[in-house]
Amino acid sequence: MSKSGDSEATTPMAIVIGHGGFSEGLVSAVDQICGMAGRLVSLSMVGLTPETIEASIRSELARTGARVIFTDLPAGSGTLAARRIVKDDPGVVLVSGVNLATLLDFVFNSAATPTEAARSAAERGKASLIVVERS
Amino acid sequence: MGIHLYRIDDRLIHGQVVVGWGQPLNARFLVLVDDLVASSDWEKELYRMAVPPEMDIYFADVTTAVQEHSRYAADPRPGILIAGDIGSMYRLAKGVKAIGSVNLGGVHHRAGRVEKLRYVFLTPAEEEELKALEASGVEVTAQDVPSAHPVPLTEVLEGQTK
Repeated sequence: MSKSGDSEATTPMAIVIGHGGFSEGLVSAVDQICGMAGRLVSLSMVGLTPETIEASIRSELARTGARVIFTDLPAGSGTLAARRIVKDDPGVVLVSGVNLATLLDFVFNSAATPTEAARSAAERGKASLIVVERS
Repeated sequence: MGIHLYRIDDRLIHGQVVVGWGQPLNARFLVLVDDLVASSDWEKELYRMAVPPEMDIYFADVTTAVQEHSRYAADPRPGILIAGDIGSMYRLAKGVKAIGSVNLGGVHHRAGRVEKLRYVFLTPAEEEELKALEASGVEVTAQDVPSAHPVPLTEVLEGQTK
Protein backbone atom coordinates (compact mmCIF):
# COMPACT_ATOMS: atom_id res chain seq x y z
CA MET A 1 0.00 0.00 0.00
CA SER A 2 2.78 2.42 0.80
CA LYS A 3 6.18 2.68 -0.74
CA SER A 4 9.11 5.00 -0.37
CA GLY A 5 11.63 5.56 -3.07
CA ASP A 6 14.89 3.71 -2.52
CA SER A 7 17.48 5.85 -4.23
CA GLU A 8 18.24 8.24 -1.41
CA ALA A 9 18.23 7.21 2.23
CA THR A 10 16.72 10.35 3.70
CA THR A 11 13.70 11.17 5.83
CA PRO A 12 10.54 11.44 3.71
CA MET A 13 9.23 14.99 3.55
CA ALA A 14 5.86 14.37 1.99
CA ILE A 15 3.10 11.85 1.42
CA VAL A 16 1.78 11.50 -2.13
CA ILE A 17 -1.66 9.92 -2.44
CA GLY A 18 -3.80 9.42 -5.51
CA HIS A 19 -6.08 7.22 -7.55
CA GLY A 20 -4.92 3.87 -8.93
CA GLY A 21 -1.15 3.74 -9.39
CA PHE A 22 -0.84 7.51 -9.87
CA SER A 23 1.21 8.29 -6.77
CA GLU A 24 3.56 5.35 -7.19
CA GLY A 25 4.12 6.36 -10.81
CA LEU A 26 4.86 9.96 -9.89
CA VAL A 27 7.32 8.97 -7.18
CA SER A 28 8.95 6.52 -9.56
CA ALA A 29 9.32 9.33 -12.10
CA VAL A 30 10.95 11.57 -9.48
CA ASP A 31 13.39 8.79 -8.76
CA GLN A 32 14.23 8.33 -12.41
CA ILE A 33 14.89 12.02 -12.91
CA CYS A 34 16.83 12.92 -9.80
CA GLY A 35 17.09 9.89 -7.51
CA MET A 36 15.32 11.65 -4.68
CA ALA A 37 12.23 9.49 -4.29
CA GLY A 38 13.39 8.67 -0.77
CA ARG A 39 11.92 12.00 0.27
CA LEU A 40 8.45 10.88 -0.73
CA VAL A 41 6.04 8.17 0.37
CA SER A 42 3.40 7.02 -2.12
CA LEU A 43 0.00 5.79 -1.04
CA SER A 44 -2.76 4.29 -3.18
CA MET A 45 -6.45 4.55 -2.30
CA VAL A 46 -7.41 1.38 -4.14
CA GLY A 47 -9.89 -0.64 -2.10
CA LEU A 48 -9.81 1.73 0.86
CA THR A 49 -12.73 3.39 2.61
CA PRO A 50 -12.65 7.09 3.53
CA GLU A 51 -11.78 6.06 7.09
CA THR A 52 -8.90 3.81 6.09
CA ILE A 53 -7.55 6.40 3.64
CA GLU A 54 -7.40 8.93 6.46
CA ALA A 55 -5.89 6.39 8.85
CA SER A 56 -3.22 5.44 6.30
CA ILE A 57 -2.18 9.05 5.78
CA ARG A 58 -2.11 9.72 9.53
CA SER A 59 -0.05 6.59 10.07
CA GLU A 60 2.51 7.56 7.43
CA LEU A 61 2.75 11.12 8.74
CA ALA A 62 3.43 9.78 12.22
CA ARG A 63 5.87 7.15 11.00
CA THR A 64 7.92 9.42 8.76
CA GLY A 65 7.52 12.87 10.27
CA ALA A 66 6.40 14.24 6.89
CA ARG A 67 4.36 17.46 7.14
CA VAL A 68 3.16 17.86 3.56
CA ILE A 69 0.48 15.86 1.73
CA PHE A 70 0.18 15.91 -2.06
CA THR A 71 -3.08 14.66 -3.62
CA ASP A 72 -4.29 14.39 -7.19
CA LEU A 73 -7.91 15.56 -7.53
CA PRO A 74 -9.43 18.33 -5.41
CA ALA A 75 -12.61 16.21 -5.31
CA GLY A 76 -10.82 12.97 -4.48
CA SER A 77 -11.19 10.95 -1.31
CA GLY A 78 -7.51 11.51 -0.56
CA THR A 79 -7.97 15.26 -0.62
CA LEU A 80 -11.03 15.08 1.63
CA ALA A 81 -9.14 12.87 4.09
CA ALA A 82 -6.16 15.23 4.02
CA ARG A 83 -8.41 18.23 4.69
CA ARG A 84 -9.64 16.49 7.84
CA ILE A 85 -6.03 15.96 8.94
CA VAL A 86 -5.07 19.59 8.24
CA LYS A 87 -8.04 20.67 10.33
CA ASP A 88 -6.72 18.65 13.28
CA ASP A 89 -3.03 19.50 12.79
CA PRO A 90 -2.22 23.03 11.61
CA GLY A 91 1.39 21.96 11.04
CA VAL A 92 0.38 19.78 8.11
CA VAL A 93 0.03 21.33 4.65
CA LEU A 94 -2.03 19.98 1.75
CA VAL A 95 -1.38 20.55 -1.95
CA SER A 96 -3.97 19.11 -4.34
CA GLY A 97 -3.55 18.71 -8.09
CA VAL A 98 0.00 17.40 -7.83
CA ASN A 99 2.05 16.80 -10.95
CA LEU A 100 5.65 15.81 -11.66
CA ALA A 101 6.95 19.39 -11.79
CA THR A 102 5.39 19.99 -8.37
CA LEU A 103 7.23 17.10 -6.77
CA LEU A 104 10.56 17.88 -8.43
CA ASP A 105 10.46 21.41 -7.07
CA PHE A 106 9.52 20.10 -3.66
CA VAL A 107 12.26 17.51 -3.26
CA PHE A 108 14.93 20.09 -4.14
CA ASN A 109 13.51 22.64 -1.70
CA SER A 110 14.59 20.96 1.51
CA ALA A 111 15.90 24.14 3.11
CA ALA A 112 12.51 25.78 3.25
CA THR A 113 9.78 25.19 5.84
CA PRO A 114 7.15 22.65 4.77
CA THR A 115 4.68 25.44 4.05
CA GLU A 116 7.17 27.43 1.99
CA ALA A 117 8.25 24.33 0.10
CA ALA A 118 4.62 23.39 -0.56
CA ARG A 119 3.77 26.86 -1.86
CA SER A 120 6.80 26.94 -4.12
CA ALA A 121 6.04 23.47 -5.44
CA ALA A 122 2.42 24.37 -6.16
CA GLU A 123 3.48 27.45 -8.12
CA ARG A 124 5.98 25.42 -10.14
CA GLY A 125 3.37 22.79 -10.84
CA LYS A 126 0.88 25.37 -12.08
CA ALA A 127 3.50 27.01 -14.27
CA SER A 128 4.35 23.67 -15.87
CA LEU A 129 0.90 23.38 -17.43
CA ILE A 130 1.24 24.96 -20.82
CA VAL A 131 -0.65 24.66 -24.07
CA VAL A 132 1.41 24.55 -27.24
CA GLU A 133 -0.38 25.25 -30.50
CA ARG A 134 0.92 25.62 -34.01
CA SER A 135 0.57 29.30 -34.83
CA MET B 1 -33.52 16.97 -16.70
CA GLY B 2 -33.48 16.53 -12.93
CA ILE B 3 -31.78 13.57 -11.25
CA HIS B 4 -30.05 11.33 -13.80
CA LEU B 5 -28.35 9.05 -11.30
CA TYR B 6 -29.29 7.85 -7.83
CA ARG B 7 -26.10 6.43 -6.36
CA ILE B 8 -25.17 4.70 -3.11
CA ASP B 9 -21.53 5.47 -2.36
CA ASP B 10 -19.89 5.54 1.04
CA ARG B 11 -17.17 7.88 -0.25
CA LEU B 12 -19.91 10.43 -1.02
CA ILE B 13 -18.18 13.10 -3.13
CA HIS B 14 -15.04 11.81 -4.84
CA GLY B 15 -13.37 11.42 -8.22
CA GLN B 16 -15.66 8.70 -9.58
CA VAL B 17 -18.72 10.80 -8.83
CA VAL B 18 -17.56 14.28 -9.79
CA VAL B 19 -15.48 13.31 -12.83
CA GLY B 20 -16.28 9.67 -13.69
CA TRP B 21 -20.06 10.16 -13.74
CA GLY B 22 -20.30 13.92 -13.60
CA GLN B 23 -18.57 14.50 -16.94
CA PRO B 24 -20.54 12.08 -19.16
CA LEU B 25 -23.81 13.06 -17.52
CA ASN B 26 -22.88 16.73 -17.78
CA ALA B 27 -24.02 16.98 -14.15
CA ARG B 28 -24.55 20.53 -12.99
CA PHE B 29 -25.74 19.79 -9.48
CA LEU B 30 -25.25 17.18 -6.78
CA VAL B 31 -27.60 16.28 -3.96
CA LEU B 32 -25.75 14.74 -1.03
CA VAL B 33 -28.20 12.88 1.20
CA ASP B 34 -26.58 12.07 4.50
CA ASP B 35 -27.95 12.76 7.97
CA LEU B 36 -24.51 13.27 9.51
CA VAL B 37 -23.16 15.62 6.85
CA ALA B 38 -26.39 17.60 6.75
CA SER B 39 -26.09 18.29 10.48
CA SER B 40 -22.50 19.62 10.35
CA ASP B 41 -21.48 22.95 8.85
CA TRP B 42 -17.85 21.82 8.76
CA GLU B 43 -18.67 18.63 6.84
CA LYS B 44 -20.82 20.57 4.40
CA GLU B 45 -18.01 23.03 3.76
CA LEU B 46 -15.55 20.15 3.29
CA TYR B 47 -17.66 18.63 0.53
CA ARG B 48 -18.58 22.00 -0.97
CA MET B 49 -14.88 22.75 -1.50
CA ALA B 50 -14.47 19.44 -3.37
CA VAL B 51 -17.03 20.30 -6.03
CA PRO B 52 -15.93 22.12 -9.20
CA PRO B 53 -17.27 25.65 -9.67
CA GLU B 54 -19.65 24.66 -12.46
CA MET B 55 -21.55 22.32 -10.12
CA ASP B 56 -23.95 23.26 -7.35
CA ILE B 57 -24.23 21.02 -4.32
CA TYR B 58 -27.25 20.65 -2.06
CA PHE B 59 -27.16 18.92 1.33
CA ALA B 60 -30.10 17.16 2.90
CA ASP B 61 -30.91 14.60 5.54
CA VAL B 62 -33.19 11.82 4.37
CA THR B 63 -36.37 13.46 5.67
CA THR B 64 -35.56 16.74 3.92
CA ALA B 65 -34.56 14.93 0.72
CA VAL B 66 -37.97 13.24 0.60
CA GLN B 67 -39.67 16.62 1.03
CA GLU B 68 -37.44 18.38 -1.51
CA HIS B 69 -37.24 15.63 -4.12
CA SER B 70 -39.83 17.16 -6.44
CA ARG B 71 -37.71 20.32 -6.58
CA TYR B 72 -34.58 18.33 -7.47
CA ALA B 73 -36.50 16.39 -10.10
CA ALA B 74 -37.85 19.57 -11.68
CA ASP B 75 -34.43 21.18 -11.98
CA PRO B 76 -33.75 21.95 -15.65
CA ARG B 77 -30.12 20.84 -15.22
CA PRO B 78 -28.89 17.24 -15.03
CA GLY B 79 -27.99 16.16 -11.51
CA ILE B 80 -26.73 13.28 -9.38
CA LEU B 81 -28.14 12.26 -5.99
CA ILE B 82 -25.75 10.44 -3.66
CA ALA B 83 -26.59 8.60 -0.47
CA GLY B 84 -23.78 7.40 1.77
CA ASP B 85 -25.38 4.13 2.77
CA ILE B 86 -28.02 1.63 1.70
CA GLY B 87 -30.33 2.46 4.59
CA SER B 88 -30.54 6.12 3.59
CA MET B 89 -31.36 5.28 -0.03
CA TYR B 90 -33.91 2.71 1.12
CA ARG B 91 -35.66 5.31 3.30
CA LEU B 92 -35.51 7.88 0.50
CA ALA B 93 -36.99 5.47 -2.05
CA LYS B 94 -39.77 4.53 0.34
CA GLY B 95 -40.73 8.19 0.55
CA VAL B 96 -40.23 9.04 -3.13
CA LYS B 97 -42.09 6.82 -5.56
CA ALA B 98 -40.49 8.49 -8.58
CA ILE B 99 -37.14 6.74 -8.13
CA GLY B 100 -36.94 4.08 -10.83
CA SER B 101 -33.38 2.86 -10.48
CA VAL B 102 -30.52 2.94 -8.02
CA ASN B 103 -26.82 2.60 -8.74
CA LEU B 104 -24.75 0.69 -6.20
CA GLY B 105 -21.45 2.49 -6.64
CA GLY B 106 -19.35 1.82 -3.57
CA VAL B 107 -20.05 0.07 -0.29
CA HIS B 108 -16.68 -0.89 1.10
CA HIS B 109 -15.50 -3.38 3.65
CA ARG B 110 -16.46 -3.04 7.29
CA ALA B 111 -16.93 -5.54 10.10
CA GLY B 112 -19.88 -7.80 9.37
CA ARG B 113 -19.90 -7.19 5.63
CA VAL B 114 -19.18 -9.88 3.05
CA GLU B 115 -17.56 -9.15 -0.31
CA LYS B 116 -19.94 -9.38 -3.25
CA LEU B 117 -18.00 -7.36 -5.79
CA ARG B 118 -14.64 -5.62 -5.64
CA TYR B 119 -16.42 -2.45 -4.53
CA VAL B 120 -19.52 -3.89 -2.85
CA PHE B 121 -19.51 -5.49 0.60
CA LEU B 122 -22.84 -6.17 2.33
CA THR B 123 -24.22 -7.23 5.69
CA PRO B 124 -27.23 -9.59 5.69
CA ALA B 125 -29.44 -6.67 6.74
CA GLU B 126 -28.20 -4.57 3.81
CA GLU B 127 -28.89 -7.45 1.43
CA GLU B 128 -32.47 -7.55 2.69
CA GLU B 129 -32.88 -3.80 2.23
CA LEU B 130 -31.66 -4.04 -1.36
CA LYS B 131 -34.03 -6.92 -2.05
CA ALA B 132 -36.90 -4.92 -0.58
CA LEU B 133 -35.90 -1.93 -2.67
CA GLU B 134 -36.03 -3.97 -5.86
CA ALA B 135 -39.25 -5.69 -4.81
CA SER B 136 -40.82 -2.25 -4.53
CA GLY B 137 -40.11 -1.62 -8.21
CA VAL B 138 -36.73 0.08 -8.04
CA GLU B 139 -34.11 -1.47 -10.32
CA VAL B 140 -30.84 -1.95 -8.44
CA THR B 141 -27.59 -2.48 -10.32
CA ALA B 142 -23.96 -2.25 -9.28
CA GLN B 143 -21.65 -0.18 -11.48
CA ASP B 144 -18.69 1.77 -10.20
CA VAL B 145 -17.89 3.74 -13.37
CA PRO B 146 -19.90 4.45 -16.56
CA SER B 147 -17.69 2.26 -18.75
CA ALA B 148 -18.29 -0.81 -16.56
CA HIS B 149 -21.06 -3.32 -17.17
CA PRO B 150 -24.01 -2.84 -14.80
CA VAL B 151 -24.41 -5.91 -12.59
CA PRO B 152 -28.02 -6.84 -11.69
CA LEU B 153 -28.81 -7.18 -8.00
CA THR B 154 -29.37 -10.92 -8.25
CA GLU B 155 -25.83 -11.38 -9.53
CA VAL B 156 -24.45 -9.00 -6.94
CA LEU B 157 -26.03 -11.00 -4.12
CA GLU B 158 -24.72 -14.24 -5.57
CA GLY B 159 -21.27 -12.69 -5.53
CA GLN B 160 -20.44 -14.33 -8.84
CA THR B 161 -19.14 -11.32 -10.71
CA LYS B 162 -15.87 -10.33 -9.08
